[in-house]
This record gives sequence, C-alpha cells and structure tokens, in this order.
Amino acid sequence: MTTPTPAPTTVFLVDDHALFRSGVRAELDRSVPDVRVVGEAGSVAEAVAGIAHLRPDVVLLDVHMPDGGGAEVLRRVRPAQPDVVFLALSVSDAAEDVIAVIRAGARGYVTKTISGRELAAAVRRVRAGDAVFSPRLAGFVLDAFSDRPGAAPPGDPELDRLTRRERDVLRLLARGYAYKEIAGELFISVKTVETHVSSVLRKTQLSNRYELSRWASDRRLV
Amino acid sequence: MLAGVAGGVADHLGADVLWVRAAFVALTAVTGAGVVAYGLLWIFMPQEDASVVRDVPRRERQQALGLVVLGLGVGLAASALGNSALGWIVGPLGVAVAGAAVVWREADEAQRRRWTAGARPSGGWRAALVRVVAGALFVASGIAVFLLGNLDLGQVQFGLLAVLATLVGVVVLTVPWWVRLVRDLGEERRQRIREAERAEIAAHLHDSVLQTLALIQRQSASPREVARLARGQERELRNWLYGPGGYRRAGDTDDPARQEGLADALAVAAGEVEDTYALTVRPVVVGGDRSLDDALRALVLAAREAMVNAAKHAGVDEVSVYAEVEPDEINVFVRDRGAGFDPDSVPDDRHGLADSVRGRMTRHGGTVELRTAAGQGTEVHLHMPTPTGGVPVGVLDPPPREQEPA
Repeated sequence: MTTPTPAPTTVFLVDDHALFRSGVRAELDRSVPDVRVVGEAGSVAEAVAGIAHLRPDVVLLDVHMPDGGGAEVLRRVRPAQPDVVFLALSVSDAAEDVIAVIRAGARGYVTKTISGRELAAAVRRVRAGDAVFSPRLAGFVLDAFSDRPGAAPPGDPELDRLTRRERDVLRLLARGYAYKEIAGELFISVKTVETHVSSVLRKTQLSNRYELSRWASDRRLV
Repeated sequence: MLAGVAGGVADHLGADVLWVRAAFVALTAVTGAGVVAYGLLWIFMPQEDASVVRDVPRRERQQALGLVVLGLGVGLAASALGNSALGWIVGPLGVAVAGAAVVWREADEAQRRRWTAGARPSGGWRAALVRVVAGALFVASGIAVFLLGNLDLGQVQFGLLAVLATLVGVVVLTVPWWVRLVRDLGEERRQRIREAERAEIAAHLHDSVLQTLALIQRQSASPREVARLARGQERELRNWLYGPGGYRRAGDTDDPARQEGLADALAVAAGEVEDTYALTVRPVVVGGDRSLDDALRALVLAAREAMVNAAKHAGVDEVSVYAEVEPDEINVFVRDRGAGFDPDSVPDDRHGLADSVRGRMTRHGGTVELRTAAGQGTEVHLHMPTPTGGVPVGVLDPPPREQEPA
C-alpha cells in the first residue's frame, strides 16, 4: 500500500450546482490542509476536459447532471486516465443511482450531507486505493448479494457471491461502524477490513447478479 | 355560395370564382359528379386562415397545367381506344396515376417526407412497390368495372363489387398514411402522459418544497428551527422520490399491504425522532420488507425508544439504524457514537430502557442486547424471531418497470 505522501491530495469537483461546488471547496480548503481543490466543472464536457488537463488525484463526482451525469464522465475519462480515482457525491438515495456510478467505476459513494471532515477522510481513503461504503451503499450491496428463495443461482461463484467475512464487514458498515471498530469487532486488522471492502467493491462492479445489473441499467434522471 | 367551397378552390387554384362555379355546374349537369365533388371538398378540405396571402409560383402553375393536360390526354386516349380491353385498363389506370400525382404534388414538403418515411419501414421498397401496384390495380379494376357496369349492364351487384374493389385499393394505397396516423396518436398520448407527470411533480414541489422554503425564510433567526424544517422536508421529498408509495411507485399504492411495512414504520419512527430531537436518523433496511404484526410493531416501538434514548442522552447529531430481515428473524441495531454509559449506574427511576425497550421485546419473544461503555457510544441490538416467517410485503424490489422513453 502507499506510504503517506507529503504532497496534498488534489481534488477536482464536478457538480452542476455552482453553489454546492463553492461550499465544498470552502469547507475542504478551510478545514483540511492536506486536501486541495485544484479545479471544478459544471458539466460533463467541462469535467472531461478539466480532468484531462489538471490530472487530479481524486474527482468528486455528482451523480445527477445534464448530458448523462456522473456515469458519463466516468465512461469518458476512465479509458484515457485509469489512474484518476472517483468518489461519487450525491443527494440521491436510490439504489439505481448508487449502483450505477459504482459499476461505472467510482470507488465510493457518499451523500452530500457528509461533513467536511468526513469527506476529507473519504477522499484520502479512495486516494489510498480503498473503497468508501456509506451505510446505505453497504445495505444495497447486501441486498443485491442476498440469496433470496427463488433467486437464480449465481453464474460465477467467485464474483456473484460474498464470503462470510465480507458479509460480516458489510453488515457492520451498514450498522454505522468505522473501519477501526469493525477490525476490533471481528478481531482482524484494519488492513484486512480494507481488503474485504475492496473485494466487495470489485464484486459489486463486475458481478452479473440480477439486482446489480438491473439497478445499473434502470437509472433514471430525476 | 353554400359553404364557400367554390371560393376556396378558386383561391387555391388562383382562378376566378366564376370559372370554378361554372365547372361545378357543368359537372353536375353532365354526370351529377359536381354535387359529390362539392360535398367531398366541403368535408375534407381544411379551412384556411383568411389572413394567408397566397402567391402561386410560375413553376407550380405550369405543373398544374401539365397535369391537367396529361389527365385530358389520358382520358382522350382511353376513349380513342374505344371498347378494346386495353382501353379499359389503360384509361382508368391513367386516371388513377394522374390522381395520385395530383395528390403528391399538392402535399407540402413535410408531408411528402413523412409519406416516404412512412412507406419505408413497413417492409422495404419491394413491399412498397408490390403494395402500390396492387392498390393501383384494385383502383383501376374498380373504376373499370364500375364504368363497364354503368354503361352496359347496370347491375347493382356489379356496381357494389366495383366499389368494394376500389375501396380495397384505396386502403392498400394509403397504408403508410394509416400507420403514420396511429403512430401520431401514440405520440400524442405519450405527450399527454408526460404533461400529466410534469404537472404532478410541479404540484408536489409546490405543496412541499416551496412551502418549506417560505417557512425557512421566515424562521431564519432560529437555526435549530431551520435545520428541523430542512431535515423534515428532505426526508419527505426523499421518501416521495425514492421510497415505496412515493412518486416512482405511485401505481402500487392501492396495495394495502404496502402501506404498513416494517421499513416504512421504521422510517416513520426515525422521522419523528429527527423532528423532535433535531438530529439525523437514517435507517437502512436490508432484506425483504414485512407487513407489521404485533411483534413487529413492538419491535418498531422498541427501536424508536432506543433512538429517542440516543437522541436524548448521547449528545450526537447522528444515529445509525440498521434493520436486517431474515426468513426466521429480524435484527435491528440502533447505534450512536456518543457519550455511552454504564448500564449498572442507571438510576432505578429511569424506565426508558427497562420498560419501553426490554419489556416490549421480551413480551413478544424478542431479546435486547446492549453494548455500551462510557465514552464508547451505545449500540442497542433488538432481536425478534419470526418463526412463522411473517408475511412479506410484496417484494422490496418491484419487477422492472417499463423503460420510459428518454
């Protein structure tokens, strides 16, 4: 894993609400010295150009925007710049929105009500290569991977099933536990918790389970 | 004279009204067709705005003249061929073709494009060709037989057959137009539905969000009140947008079982606690929803009491609520990261946890597990076995809705 770098984490903001962008920028600049907002964009096209030009470490991405939203930015940027990390930031609580950006390649999903301090922590975590699961996202993923009676058998057991431990970790995330608390609860290291969460993220992105693919395709714009 | 048809036609052709009237009269005198033509024109011609100024380009006038000449020529040729069999085919066919040409010429650019577009998808050019030829044959034979019948035999049966054949021909010829008409109707219906949805959303936003914003402006001196209003409104809007029984699943609200599920009840309880104690409580429910029975109602009330305790004593602004529904049991966790407490040091006169939570749960066969320590936050774990499996509330995820056009 990466060693802590002295250089601040550079962040690019994508949101079609200028007011919200300036709010996040002010909060991050004021309260967190090691996270620096280097640019912002209000549309998909601006975002694609800005990210290509500024090469930020982390992109904070709004889900709902005109011209396809966050998923469209992900689709257009990721092939060219696979090293840029995306963290979705949205007011939406709908499974369709959350799962759609995760499957498009975002490494985490937090809601806009998150505090500046927590947001900075989430930014650092995705930068370090980890995933960020809000309790609600954890709930969605648990639901999607649950074996309901009558559900189709998983096609690829490696991808379509969560291990017992991954399920335990997700459950604790949904209960509002922090990584450190999860580690203490399950008698494992924080590092192992991170590994489990990253593995769950990978499965969420790649699995063909019915709910996941349906949620991802069912996305509607409000 | 009667309905202004002659005047309209004269306007359209750019000729004097007198000539048109004379033509009508002549037609009526010879075959009676004048009356029919007048009636048909009256019914089918769209009325034109009086203010429209027409100027007919030279080219069009020439084309029209050419068509008239062509029609006359074909008619003359037909009569010249006399009673030979060829005449009966070529003549009416010529008339039909000339008629189609007139119709085509009279259509404006947009209509023409639509017609060609309408003709294309229904089976390609080969099918279109077959259709046109078949239609033309029908029309031609119809006219031919009609003329034959009129002139020679005068048999009613024959005449009916002829009319029928003509009608079939016309229908076949106009298939693309009908297809287009049906499609237009569908498009219009979709538009109306979209309009109705927009109106519904606007009405809802007006009743809820705008009202709350107005209230917030008036209460702006009290941050606590503003936060409470905003939180309540956010919850309501969220529920409307994404929740069961909200805007998205409005069609399912007739289902009575859906109204009273565990997830809804927990959300309502969380909302009440949010409003009363000005903090955020956002429940996450995993697994299929269940309709409430006595045991589950007790579970929800116990969970609510646990939230209230957290709100009152923990000194936090957020409480996590997680409910997991499994086939034979339901677990609810209410957790805060607040002050925590030593369970043994709780004074005896505080009944909240003992009665409201533990008492309720044990009466219905459930258990309560408490994990807390001073400074460590508190988690209340409510466990309720449901040996009968309970009654599922529909399914948490309704079947995929029909994809709406973007």
